[in-house]
Formats: sequence, C-alpha cells, structure tokens
Amino acid sequence: MESVFGLVGRDFAIVAADTSAVHSILVHKTNEDKIMVLDSHKLLGASGETGDRAQFTEYIQKNVALYQFRNGIPLTTAAAANFTRGELATALRKNPYMVNIILAGYDKVTGPSLYYIDYIASLHKLDKAAFGYGSYFALSMMDRHYCSDMTVEEAIELVDKCIMEIRSRLVIAPPNFLIKIVDKDGAREYAWRESIKDAPVPTA
Amino acid sequence: MSIFEYNGSALVAMVGKNCFAIASDWRLGVQLQTIATDFQKIYRIHDKLFLGLAGLATDAQTLYQRLVFRHKLYQLREERDMKPETFASLVSAVLYEKRFGPYFTQPVIAGLSDGDKPFICTMDSIGAKELAKDFVVAGTASESLYGACESMFKPDMEPEELFETISQALLSSVDRDCLSGWGGHVYLVTPTEVTERILKGRMD
Repeated sequence: MESVFGLVGRDFAIVAADTSAVHSILVHKTNEDKIMVLDSHKLLGASGETGDRAQFTEYIQKNVALYQFRNGIPLTTAAAANFTRGELATALRKNPYMVNIILAGYDKVTGPSLYYIDYIASLHKLDKAAFGYGSYFALSMMDRHYCSDMTVEEAIELVDKCIMEIRSRLVIAPPNFLIKIVDKDGAREYAWRESIKDAPVPTA
Repeated sequence: MSIFEYNGSALVAMVGKNCFAIASDWRLGVQLQTIATDFQKIYRIHDKLFLGLAGLATDAQTLYQRLVFRHKLYQLREERDMKPETFASLVSAVLYEKRFGPYFTQPVIAGLSDGDKPFICTMDSIGAKELAKDFVVAGTASESLYGACESMFKPDMEPEELFETISQALLSSVDRDCLSGWGGHVYLVTPTEVTERILKGRMD
C-alpha cells in the first residue's frame, strides 16, 4: 500500500512518498514519481489507484497552468486545493477518482501551507498529514517530534525517522522514498532514500 | 461502519432567554484514525444565523458551499439576510433534491428570528425538519447528547448559564463517543453580540 506524507516547516513544506508501482503481487518499478510539481511553487503528492492518480494529477496540473495563462497570475495554494477538491467532489457520485492527495505550496503572502484531500473530497488545511498504511507510523512519529517552525534539517531528520519506521514496521514496506520540498525558491526534488536501485531504463 | 460515522461529529444547539448557543466538537477522523483536531463544523451564514453540519465531511463541505451560494444570491436579490425559518426550508429543499442519492449530513440550524426570537431546528439527511423549542442534537454522539441535554436543560436561561449548560452537555457526551471530541467550539448569540469560545476537554 502506498505511503504519502508531508509537513510544514518554518518557511517551506515537504512532501515525501514511496516510489513503488505495484500491481497485485508484482512490483512494476521502484522509482515511480508520485509527487507532481503542479507549478513553480506547488507540490501534489498523490496515492491510490495508479491510473486515477496519473490522470487526475495531470488534469489538475494542466488546469492550474491554464489559469495562469488566462489570468496572468498563478493560483494560490488554497485556491488550487479547493479546485482539486471541487473536481474530486463533482466526480464522486459519478465516476470517483480513488486518489488521496497532499497538496503543499508556498505563497509569498501567506507562506508555506499543506492541504489534506482524501479520495472522497474531504479538504482540510494541516501542518502534518499522511496517507496509507505508512500513515499509522508517520503520523505517530510526527505527533511526537514535530514542532512548528522547524528548519529544513530538523524536518528532513523527522521525515527520515518516519521512513525508517515505515521500513522497519510495515510488513510489505516500500524500499524507496522520494522527498520533495517547496519554499520561496520554488518546488523541487530534495532527495531520494533508496534501499533498492532499479537498472536505469534507456529513454526513447 | 455507517457512512454517517466515517468522519465523526457532535453538534448541539440550545435555546435560552432571547439568545441561543450552538456547539460542536473539533475532531476530523477517518474511521478509527484521527486526522485533525481543529476541523470546524459550525458555519456563520450571517450574524443571526448559524449552520452546523454533522456527518460525512466531504458532503458537509459541498452542502455548505451550495447553501452559502444560495444565501448570497438571496442577499443580492432581496437586499436583506435570510430568516432562520426560510433558511431551514431552503436546506430541507436542497437535501430533498438529492432524495435518491443524498448528502450524508445532518444539519443543525440555529438563528434569531423576527423580534430576536431564538429558532433552532435539525433535519435528517433527506430534509425532514425537526423543530424544537429547547434543544436539537446531531452527529455520532447524538444519543449521549439527547440524554445530557434532557437532564441539564432549563427553559429561559440567561446567556452565561446557557453557555455553561451547553458546554457541559457537549463535553460529557463526546467523552462517551470515540469518534468525536478533542475539545469544543461554542457560539453564543444574543441580539447584540456573538461570542465564540473554545473549550478544552479530554484530548482523546
């Protein structure tokens, strides 16, 4: 089962996700990127049904870009989160997307923020959030060690503690994790935490 | 587990002497796991009308957005705020529209009507109104709340005494319900002012 979690620090937000793409008992790949860079200052970490995840997050990314093209200014994190919730809520009673989302962003005015959106479109702004079986461990570790105003080093230390806990206590633990960060300088990949390395695939 | 018990909630509204109080808990959960301890369930429609939404969080958010939209249009057309009785009929109609695919929420409406007379009502998920002269309850802790309110309620309480009564009824009821709690949120409304208070109860 996929793990995604995130937290808000002093002037940044971090999203971490496992990177295994699993189909029943088979592991297709161990370096699947589940944290989409929505725009320059937003991250969308998603877990759930693989097809829904890929399609829905790309749909949100393109609509966020469209807004910026049409209006000349980017969406705020709150607006992007509410848009995402609206799309999930509209689809809920027709053709639901089985995707759980952690949306993190940095706005110049309001600073870093993190939004929890579950697959039935419940939206809540939080300082720390997690999805999947890994959430049982990640949330407990964060409840114990999190404080507001953490530096990047402290936050990464906490993320690593969560990853170690998931790796040691979850029976089918994902081997690799990806950590992305968003701050005033933008959204970018921060680090990989690998214990199994896939052979690199030649690009087309 | 029933869909109404997926997120967990406790709501109560009580009538006093020319005033009313509406109170809720703070928990947002996903079945047995607590996600947030600051999830607001009572919304201000206007200074003399408050709406509490118990039940499934996603439907509470969707329903709230739809009702605010309808009320804002009403304000533009009528150039005045909606009366609580009218709003209750609106909520009932909006819920019954979805009779064969309902919103899984139980609303609690509390307001000051003509002549600042307090008005409270609740309804089920398909809009069956229940008007009461004394108190109304909703949510996973509703059975405990019925008992607590029935024993603690007195008619024509002054605002301060009403606040004490509703707070004690709420806190004692959520302590017997594992799906609601993490403190209380009480709005006390008189013709001249609105007081918002946060209660600290058992944080579990």
